[in-house]
Amino acid sequence: MRSFLPALLLMMFTPLAFAIDAGRAFDDPELQARYEEIISEVRCLQCQNESLKDSNAFLAVDLRREIRRLLSEGKTDAEVYEFLVQRYGEFALYRPRMSGRTIVLWLAPLLLLGVGAVVAFRVVRGRMALPIDDETDPETGSSAEGRATDRP
Amino acid sequence: MKLRFLLPVAVFAILLPVFLFGLMRDPSELPSPLLNKAAPEFALPSVQDPSATVGSDDYAGQFALVNVWATWCVGCRHEHDFLLTLAEREAIPIYGLNWRDSREEAKKWLEQLGDPYVASAFDADGTVGIDWGVYGAPETFLIAPDGTVLHKHLSPLTEEVWQQDFLPRINAARGQ
Repeated sequence: MRSFLPALLLMMFTPLAFAIDAGRAFDDPELQARYEEIISEVRCLQCQNESLKDSNAFLAVDLRREIRRLLSEGKTDAEVYEFLVQRYGEFALYRPRMSGRTIVLWLAPLLLLGVGAVVAFRVVRGRMALPIDDETDPETGSSAEGRATDRP
Repeated sequence: MKLRFLLPVAVFAILLPVFLFGLMRDPSELPSPLLNKAAPEFALPSVQDPSATVGSDDYAGQFALVNVWATWCVGCRHEHDFLLTLAEREAIPIYGLNWRDSREEAKKWLEQLGDPYVASAFDADGTVGIDWGVYGAPETFLIAPDGTVLHKHLSPLTEEVWQQDFLPRINAARGQ
């Protein structure tokens, strides 16, 4: 029983044993920050729901090595992303860049929001035009009876 | 205005094919950005002979297949017999890109199973694989005589795939 507690404590630290890329890639903290930013923004193509940062697949290992090489050669972030997109396509980036090919991705949510707003506006305005009293509306012939309960 | 109730039905009718199309697609198959562009050049040591070089110069000026393979890859074992058949038929020169593999294992594989390749390049650290946008094996590229990528196939090559996806593209490129 005495050995139980240390064992339990050790078990709490098992995730650390699976840490990827232990140790820093760059001495320069600024470069290291850019490196970490990039690898968390790039999808591992071999295991598509993981970023390069989270993946131990060998393709992820290779791609991290290439990104380290590009950064140490003084390439900008945009150039590194371009390197990856040229080879693996826009899909490699978790946040596709705005371009002719991805414009639909970026604009579709706004467009749908707009459509929803128009629909909501029209529905609300239509409801506002309905009679508030319980009597049959002489114009439409419909009765507001069913809705009468929630009004004083 | 009487037909307003048809609106949701119409929206559903539009969305249905979109979702069906999405369901039918295999999300692990990515379109290659290399299609119809110049294939990346490379020069690597050969699998069999480290002092010999295998590279894009070897197949310049002809139709060729570049087949990404490895001994750890089950799909490569599946397609191997068909690659041998293709080589026997002398349908098209096949160049191997041995990806992230051990040289000893790769040599053994070719000795035991037969060698369909004109030559196999040995890409031990995957650098050339990255240039070609390789993210799994097997992958097969169809290269035109002028060096453009006509097609990329992402699973084991079979007679059916060859007839459907490769031959028509070769014939179309020839006809131009």
